[in-house]
Amino acid sequence: MELLSGGEMLIRALHDEGVELLFGYPGGAALHIYDAIFNQDKVAHILVRHEQAATHAADGYARATGKPGVVLVTSGPGATNAITGIATAFMDSVPMVVISGQVDSSLIGSDAFQETDMVGVSRPIVKHSFMVQNAEDIPMVVKKAFHIATTGRPGPVVIDVPKDATDPARKFEYQYPSTVKMRSYSVPSKGHTGQIKKAVEILLAAKRPIIYAGGGVIQGNASELLTQFARKLGYPVTNTLMGLGAFPAPDKQFLGMLGMHGTYEANNAMHFSDVVLGIGVRFDDRVTNAVSKFCPGAKILHVDIDPASISKTVAADVPIVGSVTSVLEEMLELVAQADAKVDRKSLDLWWQQIEGWRAKQCLKVTPAENDVIKPQQVVESVYRVTGGEAYVSSDVGQHQMFAAQYYHFDKPRRWINSGGLGTMGFGFPAAMGVQLAFPDAISVCITGEGSIQMCIQELATCLQYGLPVKIVCLNNESLGMVRQWQDMQYGGRYSNSTYSESLPDFVKLVEAYGHVGVRIEKLSELDQKMTEAFALKDRLVFIDVAVDPSEHVYPMAIKGGSMKDMYLSKTERT
Amino acid sequence: MRHIISILLENEPGALSRVVGLFSQRNYNIESLTVAPTEDHTLSRLTITTIGDDRKIEQITKHLNKLIDVVKLVDLTEGSHIERELMLLKVKATGAQRAEIKRTTDIFRGQIVDVTSTVYSIQLTGASDKLDSFLAAIGNASVLEVARTGVTGISRGEKVLSL
Repeated sequence: MELLSGGEMLIRALHDEGVELLFGYPGGAALHIYDAIFNQDKVAHILVRHEQAATHAADGYARATGKPGVVLVTSGPGATNAITGIATAFMDSVPMVVISGQVDSSLIGSDAFQETDMVGVSRPIVKHSFMVQNAEDIPMVVKKAFHIATTGRPGPVVIDVPKDATDPARKFEYQYPSTVKMRSYSVPSKGHTGQIKKAVEILLAAKRPIIYAGGGVIQGNASELLTQFARKLGYPVTNTLMGLGAFPAPDKQFLGMLGMHGTYEANNAMHFSDVVLGIGVRFDDRVTNAVSKFCPGAKILHVDIDPASISKTVAADVPIVGSVTSVLEEMLELVAQADAKVDRKSLDLWWQQIEGWRAKQCLKVTPAENDVIKPQQVVESVYRVTGGEAYVSSDVGQHQMFAAQYYHFDKPRRWINSGGLGTMGFGFPAAMGVQLAFPDAISVCITGEGSIQMCIQELATCLQYGLPVKIVCLNNESLGMVRQWQDMQYGGRYSNSTYSESLPDFVKLVEAYGHVGVRIEKLSELDQKMTEAFALKDRLVFIDVAVDPSEHVYPMAIKGGSMKDMYLSKTERT
Repeated sequence: MRHIISILLENEPGALSRVVGLFSQRNYNIESLTVAPTEDHTLSRLTITTIGDDRKIEQITKHLNKLIDVVKLVDLTEGSHIERELMLLKVKATGAQRAEIKRTTDIFRGQIVDVTSTVYSIQLTGASDKLDSFLAAIGNASVLEVARTGVTGISRGEKVLSL
């Protein structure tokens, strides 16, 4: 057996776990580990410019590939800087392992230089955490961390490693465990067959059914099954913000996203349905609007791998705890049986009603005058220019909603956004992670001039590793979503949401970082300049687009109402 | 409604803070908490009393079960059970009060475990409401100090909380 130090065991264990990429930033407590990285070539390390970006990049990598993202940071500020990214991954159930250096175990608790209680600070936002007590435990801790992060409802796991546990002078016999067994952690796999039968019976008898699918379908790699299942039944499908791509958006059966900025047809279909099949969803407050008025006539069938998600906000009539894949497989089998018939007549009537809502064309863009660009038109242009084939990361705000509404995702894992935590600064580093995972793919970050400035230092990382990310900045010279709320609820008092006078010249800024910058101000130039920018395949291009600052995101749910209550424009509401 | 949740927890550093943290993080309320290792030194047994409607309790137990360090749990109040709490208290005991306090203690089947010329230290075991009643009977004026352990409990009959 080979003799390795704690630091070497850590890196070797990552390799044995199949990790190819590590996102991180060195510092005192992590230096033994960094030395172990230097002496091998199996696990590559990407040096970011801020630890928050390391977590977001690992997160983007994980969402796009389905593999866990791995982060290495030092103690103290390195660890606390990673917190926002860990919380982001936690809210969206992204598999991630974060290794943080820690001061020597003899110094823990003494307020040592760069000491922070990482296990304590991260506790509410991790699936689990470990503090390495003995160096020889490192292989098993790594094994357990990856097992927990990637199974069941995935999530981030922190491993805090005191510096003395990685001491190069102390060597141990290394062997990576092939299996892991934890008496207190088991993963629910198959759903209850009786419950699944019951759900399918209700679903088949439905007159106004709707399938409401979320991020769990993408995480569970069940998009294809869901698509088969929905097509077999011919039922309408809506996706959550996290679920976009779980069902192909161009499909006739797709009603668009639901919820706060969901489509008129999706939200109405939810409200007037008699059976809702929620799958890999959590009935988030951004979906349901007022829970007391949510889908008043509907039976709720809820499939999720996390029992705590079921009946948390909306009581399920038929709860099914299990992996979406196994449950959908069983459901497919049941609906494929000869005697399984849908109520075709009612379904036709239901579709007629839905088509009536769809005819409203709630996402139709009214062009502005004087060659001014509407933000929606920018996303439409990106969709055209990329042929719908891009990986689209976004930050948070109006541009995020426009991207969700106007980029018609037809595959899972193409839409990378911070849905739960709503983290500005997420998009660009996430797009880096995507680009590293898929060097030949188009990785676009749709952002705003507010969000992009929250992690803009990563332009340097992209230069160092030659990452040709395309940044499309919907520049409305204000914090658009904040401003929209201030317009709608605060009498247009723009408290701290504007900064026109102090915006950087983004073109010059990215040029200073060694990249290409493009500014687009006229609608007539939009498609052409966008095409030219995307044609620069090996360069990072920052496409700064001046958009109509007065534009709002619609539809928008009316707070306190039901799902059918929404504003459709500045002058129209339901 | 008041519930008593008994938990078998990995006896590891930080495990207790995960349980306590969960309660504060999700705005659940802890009325009392007791914890000590079991006969199997790798496990601690935790007893938490909390208050909430069925839906809230369901969420609490689900979230507790999700904690990796929680091995097993049971809501004791779902079935018949025995619950006990231990109270140690110091009361002013002078003059005629001394006999009265002794009598009351006997009635509640408590024990006077330490005596000075002016103070009795009393030990009393029972369900929480019995301890409350004793305090009421003694009267606030004479109570100098109270230390209560919080509730611990066990289900009646053959049912066992173990691995």
